[in-house]
Amino acid sequence: MEILVCVKRVPDTAENEFELNSAGNDLDRDDLVYSVNEWDNYAVEEAIQIVDNVGGSVTVVTVGDDESEEVLRREMAMGANNGVLLSDDAFEGSDGKGIAAILKAEVEKGKYDLILTGAQADEGAGQVGGMLAAMLDYPYASLVNKIEVKDDTSIHVGREIEGGNQEMNEIQLPCVLSIQTGINEPRYVGIRGIRKVASVDVPVKGAGDLGIDPAAVGKDGAKTRRVDYFVPDLGDGAEMLEGSTEEIIEKLIEKLKAKGGL
Amino acid sequence: MTQMFAYIPFKNGAAEDVALEYPDAAKKIDPSAEVTAVAAGTGADLDKVADAMTRIYKQVIKIDHADLAYPNAEQVRKALLDVLPHDAIILLPHDTFGMDLAPGLAVKMDSAYAADIVDFEGLDGQDLKMIRQELGGAVYTHVTSDVSSGAVITVRPGSFAPTEDTAAGGSVVDKSGDVKDLSAKRKFLEVVVAEVGDVDITKADVLVSVGRGIEEEENIEIAQELADAMGAVVSCSRPIVDAKWLEKSRQVGTSGQTVKPKVYMAMGISGSFQHLGGVKGNPFIVAVNKNPKAPIFQVADVGIVEDILEFMPELTEAVKAL
Ligand SMILES: Cc1cc2nc3c(=O)[nH]c(=O)nc-3n(C[C@H](O)[C@H](O)[C@H](O)COP(=O)(O)OP(=O)(O)OC[C@H]3O[C@@H](n4cnc5c(N)ncnc54)[C@H](O)[C@@H]3O)c2cc1C
Repeated sequence: MEILVCVKRVPDTAENEFELNSAGNDLDRDDLVYSVNEWDNYAVEEAIQIVDNVGGSVTVVTVGDDESEEVLRREMAMGANNGVLLSDDAFEGSDGKGIAAILKAEVEKGKYDLILTGAQADEGAGQVGGMLAAMLDYPYASLVNKIEVKDDTSIHVGREIEGGNQEMNEIQLPCVLSIQTGINEPRYVGIRGIRKVASVDVPVKGAGDLGIDPAAVGKDGAKTRRVDYFVPDLGDGAEMLEGSTEEIIEKLIEKLKAKGGL
Repeated sequence: MTQMFAYIPFKNGAAEDVALEYPDAAKKIDPSAEVTAVAAGTGADLDKVADAMTRIYKQVIKIDHADLAYPNAEQVRKALLDVLPHDAIILLPHDTFGMDLAPGLAVKMDSAYAADIVDFEGLDGQDLKMIRQELGGAVYTHVTSDVSSGAVITVRPGSFAPTEDTAAGGSVVDKSGDVKDLSAKRKFLEVVVAEVGDVDITKADVLVSVGRGIEEEENIEIAQELADAMGAVVSCSRPIVDAKWLEKSRQVGTSGQTVKPKVYMAMGISGSFQHLGGVKGNPFIVAVNKNPKAPIFQVADVGIVEDILEFMPELTEAVKAL
């Protein structure tokens, strides 16, 4: 099974407190900690496990800038065989469709049976996998939390639906799946693993290499654009309890008593 | 003005809540627009839903096809493409079904796509201004979509005001005949229903719910001690289940359990909408989080900025001393 996994470098929500820049049109990115999109680690782990079982290879690909190479190397340290960086100034400002179009061009350069993406990334849109599938005319399933390889032509996938239930589908290959967390336990990547792949060549491809019309992607090609970022007023949010821990606990216990919590 | 449509998801003959929320969303897009509901499925359940929607919408399109007995996104997409005008604005829910269907539909309609919209600020010419969240709710953004060639928009369930039954006196238009080939490369097999765990968090009056802030499996014990002291039950957010520290039946959220406690203690939980989607019945929410900007503080009744690993043991002692 030849598997392509689409990954992304994103600001880590657990490690950062997000502030706006002074112009108010972007995040203050100076001190942000970045990492691999959480969902992508599950996708790469699943790809590696499939290849361990049935043979084949795993390629990780990302659309990004030079710094995105680090997430490719991290996923290669996990066990992905190859990495490809799709990078070009013309790609900047792409909307979901732009990103999917760039990935489509790379998919068509190879011969993949299975293409995986994370269920969603930092933007929370969960769009790229479904768009890529539609552009390729491949079948698609989102929020996949189980994969069983049946034969060379089809697989069974479980999709997570509401209430913890699972929807089972048979899907023809080649196909695109977006992977939901919990499908496996992504392996730990140590510093040694990272070092091992440090010197592996990661090809970089631009619009020309991929045969993409620069006007069709990037800011110019985008039908949906982000105008600005903002943090809303807390409005009538929580009553914040302040003081020493002891004082806070005292106030909290009074409230819990009143509300039936104790 | 382009025509606006609202896709009506339903189960067992009853429309999901979002069906009542689209009219408010549509009004915010364009106050003068008429929204047409679209319901796809088959048989008596579909008829029931289509009829019920005539009390809310002036026009309800019905697509009845045996292949749509289960809403397989690939087949529903084909059916919608046969029925909708190419420059339609169509609203769908941002849930597990909408996420499956909408991105591919936008590609096939060659229209703009906007996902998980929580509010609309109206049209400016052909540009529709919208509000969404990024980074798990930590920041908001304005986005604009050029809707001149149509748009597929998923709205976050619960973000818009539900319409009361208006007795709109609408009519059902049967467009089943317009639907052509629904063959698909993805075939629905079955739904596997979630296992029930040993503890039923849906019945508890007080929940001590832990999120990623608990940091390590061993620390679950700290929450259990607090819960024991309070006579409460321990529940959790999704990452705790993904890490296998607690069983799936303890997970609160859209892909977990819906709970209706009196008091909900959110300990080290950021407050993503998928998590809060499982907290119903307007409980008294206490949030303890070390990040003063955590989105959970926007919905909690009481907020405390502390490290839960230090705060919970102290609270446990204080409760025991009562
Ligand atoms: C389709 C779909 C369905 C989903 N369904 C669900 C669902 O049913 N339920 C669910 O919960 N999630 C669900 N999710 C995941 C959801 O989007 C979030 O990723 C998840 O809820 C985050 O969990 P969390 O708040 O525990 O973790 P995080 O978002 O990582 O937040 C951890 C919080 O803990 C705080 N913290 C860290 N350390 C400490 C400390 N020592 N003391 C105090 N505070 C601390 C941090 O400041 C942070 O605010 C779903 C996602 C998708 C895409």
